[in-house]
Amino acid sequence: MKNFRKEYAGRSIVTICGLFLIALTVIIAVFLIIRGSGTFTQYHHSIAEFLFSSEWAPNDAVGEGGGKVGAAVYIVGSLLTCGLAIAIAAPLALAEAIFITEISPKLGSSLFQPAIEIFTGIPSVVYGWIGLSLLVPFVRDAFHAAKGGYSVLAAGIILALMIFPTITTVAADAIRSVPDSYRKASYGLGSTRWQMIWHVVLPAALPGIFTGIILGLTRAFGEALAVAMVIGKTRAFPANIISPTNNLTAAIAADMGNTSNGGEYNMALWSMGLLLFIISMICIVAIHVISVRNRKKTGGH
Amino acid sequence: MNSEQFQKKIQAAKKTDKVVTTILYVIGGFFLVLLIVLAAYILIKGAMGFKPSYLSFTSEGIGNQFFNTLYLVVLSLIISVPIGIGAGIYLAEYAGDNKLTAVIRISIESLSSLPSIVVGLFGYLVFILMTGMDWNLFAGALAVSILSLPSITTTTEDALRSLPKSYKQGSMGLGASHWKAITSVLLPACFPRIITGVILAAGRGFGEAAALLYTAGQSTVLNWHNWNLTSPTCPLNPFRSGETLALHIWVLRTEGSLHANSTDIANVAAAVLIILTLVFSLGARQITRNITKKATGE
Amino acid sequence: MSENIKISVKDLDLYYGSFQALKKVNLEVAEHKITALIGPSGCGKSTFLKTQNRMNDLEKGVKIEGQLLLDNKIDIYKDIDAMDLRKRVGMVFQQPNPFPKSIYDNVAYGPRINGIKSKAKLDEIVERSLKQAAIWDELKDRLTKSALGLSGGQQQRLCIARTLAVEPDVLLMDEPTSALDPISTSSIEDLAQELKENYTIVIVTHNMQQAVRISDYTAFFLLGEMVEFGKTEDLFAAPKDPRTERYITGRFG
Repeated sequence: MKNFRKEYAGRSIVTICGLFLIALTVIIAVFLIIRGSGTFTQYHHSIAEFLFSSEWAPNDAVGEGGGKVGAAVYIVGSLLTCGLAIAIAAPLALAEAIFITEISPKLGSSLFQPAIEIFTGIPSVVYGWIGLSLLVPFVRDAFHAAKGGYSVLAAGIILALMIFPTITTVAADAIRSVPDSYRKASYGLGSTRWQMIWHVVLPAALPGIFTGIILGLTRAFGEALAVAMVIGKTRAFPANIISPTNNLTAAIAADMGNTSNGGEYNMALWSMGLLLFIISMICIVAIHVISVRNRKKTGGH
Repeated sequence: MNSEQFQKKIQAAKKTDKVVTTILYVIGGFFLVLLIVLAAYILIKGAMGFKPSYLSFTSEGIGNQFFNTLYLVVLSLIISVPIGIGAGIYLAEYAGDNKLTAVIRISIESLSSLPSIVVGLFGYLVFILMTGMDWNLFAGALAVSILSLPSITTTTEDALRSLPKSYKQGSMGLGASHWKAITSVLLPACFPRIITGVILAAGRGFGEAAALLYTAGQSTVLNWHNWNLTSPTCPLNPFRSGETLALHIWVLRTEGSLHANSTDIANVAAAVLIILTLVFSLGARQITRNITKKATGE
Repeated sequence: MSENIKISVKDLDLYYGSFQALKKVNLEVAEHKITALIGPSGCGKSTFLKTQNRMNDLEKGVKIEGQLLLDNKIDIYKDIDAMDLRKRVGMVFQQPNPFPKSIYDNVAYGPRINGIKSKAKLDEIVERSLKQAAIWDELKDRLTKSALGLSGGQQQRLCIARTLAVEPDVLLMDEPTSALDPISTSSIEDLAQELKENYTIVIVTHNMQQAVRISDYTAFFLLGEMVEFGKTEDLFAAPKDPRTERYITGRFG
C-alpha cells in the first residue's frame, strides 16, 4: 500500500514537471503574442508599416501613441548580418565536418571534438569582447571604415564564429550516419575519396546538413549582445558591408529598460521580440519538414 | 572508347582528390589554430593590464561579480534541475506515444530555440514589472532556468533511455514498483551522465548575459559584513540586484564606466570567464570519459 | 585446354595486426570462368576476395605479403593504384547497397566519376548495363525512381549493373545471394552464368549447392589456408584432402 502511494506520488510529480514545460512555453508565447501585437491593436499601426518602413520614432508615453514604428532598419540589419554569417560559416563548417568524419576521424574525436565543444561554451559577451578588441579595430584599419570599424562585416564574422560549431556538429553527425555500405560501394567502383564524399556521402547527408545550417541561423538571429557590441547601433541602412547599422536583438537589448511599460515604444520592442519568436518557430518547422520529407524518401524499402 | 582521354580524366579526378584533401586539412587546422590563438589572446590580454585589485571585492574589482555569477547559477540550478530531471523521467519512463508527449516535445524544442534576449524580455515583464520588484538575482536565476530547462530535460531522458532494459526488468522483477526502480536503480545508474548535463548547463549559465540585462540588473553593491538577509547589500540576499561577470563585461565595454581603466578590468573579467568555461567543459568531458571507461570495463 | 589466367596469386600472407588471416595462399583464377570460394565462416575466403581489388586497403592494420598478378603482368599491390584496379576488378557486396539515388544515377555513377558527361553516352551505358544484368525490362519505365524502392533481388541486380557499367574484366561477388530469397537467388545465379561469357567471376559463397550449380572451379578455405583447389566437379566428387571431404559431406563447419 505504501509502495502504491509512492508510485502514485512519484508519477504525479514527474507528470507535473512535464506539463510545466508545456505551460511555460504557452505562457511565454501568449505574453509575446499579446504584448507584441499591442503595436497593431492598441496603437493601430499596420504590420506593413512595422515591417517595411524605416521611420522609427515611437512615443514613449503610455497610452498616447501617434509615433512611428517602422522597424525595417533593424530587420534588414538582422537579415544582413545573419546572411553574411551563414555565407561565411556554412561552407567552412561543412569542410570542417567532412574533415573530422571522413578525412581524419582520429584527430576529429581526440582533438577537434573537444575544441568544438570549447568554441560552443565561450559566452556570447566574450565573443562580443573579441569583436570589440580585435575585429572592430581590424575593420577600421584594413578598410579605413569611416565609422571606426563598427560594421555589418564585424557582426557577420562574430556571428559566423558563434554558429560555426553548431553547424559543424550537426553536419558531422549527419555524415557519420551515412551507411558505410555506400562508401564501400563507391570505392568498389573505383572512385577517389573525394568523389565518394562529393557524389555519395554529401547528397545522402544533405538533410542533416541543412538542419545544421538552419539551427545555426536560429542561433544567429537570436544572438543579442555579441552583435550589439560590434554593430555600431546606428539607425540607418548600411551603405556597404563596412558601415554600421542596427538589428532587432541589439535594439531590444539597448532600449528595453528605458521605455515605459505599456507605451508605444515598449510595445514596438515587444513586436520585435515577437518577430524573433516567429522566426525561430519558422526555423523549427523547417527542420521538421526536412526530416519528415527525408524519412519518406529513404523509407521506401 | 578513347582511352587516352579516359586516362586524362581519371588523372584529373585523382588530382582533385589530392587538392581537396589539402584544402580540408588547411581548414581543419585553421580552426584549431584560431581557437588556440583566441584563447591565448584572451588570457594574455587579461594578464597584461592585470592588477591584483581587479580581483578584489570592491567597486574596482570583479570579486562581487564573480560571486554573483556563482550564486545566480546555483539558484537557477536549484530551480531547473529538479524540474528538468522530473520532466526527463516523465518522458523516458511514463509518457505514452500520444499527443500530450508530442506537445511536450514541441515545447522543449521551442524553449531551446528561444533567443535569450526574448527570455530576458519575458523575465523583465513577469519577474520585475509584474511583481513590482527591483532588478534581482532571483529573477535572473528564473530567466536562466528557462534557458537551461530544455537541455537538462533532454539529457535526463537520453541518459535513462540509454540504460539497458535489463536494469528496469531486473528491479521490477524483484517486486519493486516502477517508481522504486527509477529512484533506486535507474537514476543512480545514469547519474554521471545527468551530472555532465547539469555541468554543461551551469557553464552556459555563467556566460549568459542577454537574459539578465533587465532581470538581474547591471549593478551590484555589496557589504561583506552585512549578513541581514533582507538588506539590499547583503551578499546572500537573493532579492537584490546582482550584476554577473558576463554582464560586467558588457557594461564596461559598452555603457562606459566610472573607471578610467574599464577596458583592463573587462579584459581580466573575460579571461576569468574563459577559464571558468574551459574548466567546466573539460570537467564535463572528463566525467563523460570516466563513464565510458567504467562502462567498457577498461 | 587453353585457358588464360586472369589473376594469379602467389604465396599470399595477410595479417590483421598480429593475427594471420591468410597463410601462403596460391591460386589461379581462370579467365571467363566462375571460381567459387567456399569454407566455414571466418576461414578467410571473404578476406581473400577483398585482396583481389584491394578493398582491404580501407581497413586498418592490414599487412600483405606475397604477390597478386593481374593478366600475368600487373602486380596488384605495386604496379597499379587502387582506384584504377577497382575499375578493372569490380565488386558486388553481400548486402545490396544501392546509393540513395535514382536507378539511372546509380548505374551512371561509375561512368560519371570517370568523366563521362554526354547524356547520350550515359543513356547507352545505363541501358546496356541493365540489360546485361537482366533487369532492363523490369526497370526501364522507372529509371528516375529511387533505387531504395526496389526489392532486395532487384537491388542486387542493380548493384551488379552498376558494377558492369564501369566495364571491369573481373567481377568479385561476396556472398551476393545471402540476403536474398530463393527466387531472387536463382535469378542471380542464372545471371552469373550469362556474365561469364564476358567476365571473369570470383564468388564467395556459404552455400555449397550454389558452388556446384554455377562454378567451374572451387577453392576450399579453412582457418586461413587454402586447403584444396580444383575443377568444381572433381573437388566435390573426389576431394583429395580429408578436410575438404569432411566439410563437403557436412561433418563440420
